[in-house]
Amino acid sequence: MAEAFPFELVSPEKQLVSGEATEVLIPGTEGYFQVFANHAPLMSTIKPGVVEVKMADGEAARFVIFGGFADVSPAGLTLLAQHAVDVNDLDKADLERRVQEAREDLADAKDDEAKAKAADYLDQLTTLQSAF
Amino acid sequence: MASLKDLKNRIASVKATQKITKAMKMVAAAKLRRAQSAAEAARPYSAKMAKVLGGLARSMDGREGAPELLAGNGRDQVHLLVVATAERGLCGGFNSSIARMARQHARRLMGEGKEVKIYTVGKKGYDALKGEFGSIIVERIDFRGVRQLSFNEAEQVGKRVLEMFADGAFDVCTLFYSEFQSVISQIPTAHQLIPASFPASEEEGEGKMDFVYDYEPGEEEILGELLPRNISVQVFRALLENAASEQGARMSAMDNATRNAGEMIDKLTLSYNRQRQAQITKELIEIISGAEAL
Repeated sequence: MAEAFPFELVSPEKQLVSGEATEVLIPGTEGYFQVFANHAPLMSTIKPGVVEVKMADGEAARFVIFGGFADVSPAGLTLLAQHAVDVNDLDKADLERRVQEAREDLADAKDDEAKAKAADYLDQLTTLQSAF
Repeated sequence: MASLKDLKNRIASVKATQKITKAMKMVAAAKLRRAQSAAEAARPYSAKMAKVLGGLARSMDGREGAPELLAGNGRDQVHLLVVATAERGLCGGFNSSIARMARQHARRLMGEGKEVKIYTVGKKGYDALKGEFGSIIVERIDFRGVRQLSFNEAEQVGKRVLEMFADGAFDVCTLFYSEFQSVISQIPTAHQLIPASFPASEEEGEGKMDFVYDYEPGEEEILGELLPRNISVQVFRALLENAASEQGARMSAMDNATRNAGEMIDKLTLSYNRQRQAQITKELIEIISGAEAL
């Protein structure tokens, strides 16, 4: 049995998970990474994607998160998500609305940097959308 | 002296008012419970955020090229006051105490020769401040149609503030809201958003970071991403605290009003009865003296 570590998933609106997990797969901006117990301290931003969690009691959960960041420290893993929902509760219409908003942002972007950022975000969202 | 009929009408109208205030108190109590749990649910996020940012900020301290959101842009001339209030009145001193605090702050800054701009969030704040500061209210927004505050609303405000900062419209930004303590006590609070300030008390000894983080992508990129989000998070927290405070204030205000109405009814009833008795006595005297005269 794998070693467990404290795991928290919070969004500004509420705390989604707080408990012991054995492994968590996180969509980092620079690629997916998996966190086990005793992971080296790491702070990473997250792109929109799916987080897969295996809790210590053997239950697995998947969450769709829209950006945020992960804080891996000896005290455990904390995911601060901009917005997070359980995969089962994901609302297609909500996702579409976000894609739509991202498109508008891209159209409104003033400078190249903002444009690149918006394009990235849109790209990640559409990838996510096509995954469902 | 009011006639019996007048008194009767008064009593009826005060009773009707009391019914309304009682109902409002009950509604506020129900809403307070919801607002309070929303504020509590949001707490872990903002606490974590503050901790992480505080740590990052300390490690950036004194280094060159710290982001402007953290270190400020080096000037202190134009101040933006974001004043968050409720959409509705009838909640005691809630709105006016926030407005008063903002007003004093603005006057003090103006006295020091600084330029002040105001961004009101919520209808009541605008109403309270437009008289004196109408010309410097640069932006206003209200959430009258919004039933349950979500992060989206806070983000709207946060984004607007960031845009203005990017355009160089102000140097320092302070957020005014009311911190929820309990039903009877809400504390108007000023919190500096830009340059970012962190509560000093979060250093709890064991919270100190004695290990080195790996940063992915980089420390500065992460700060660059977190700082703008922190603005929205702080605004969100303020809005939630405000929502809870508003309901708390309304609840105690309506409780007072109900009690006052009760006292008034008692007093009016007393004088009504007294007058009725006086009239009966007078009529009796008239009858008796009439009978005696015969």
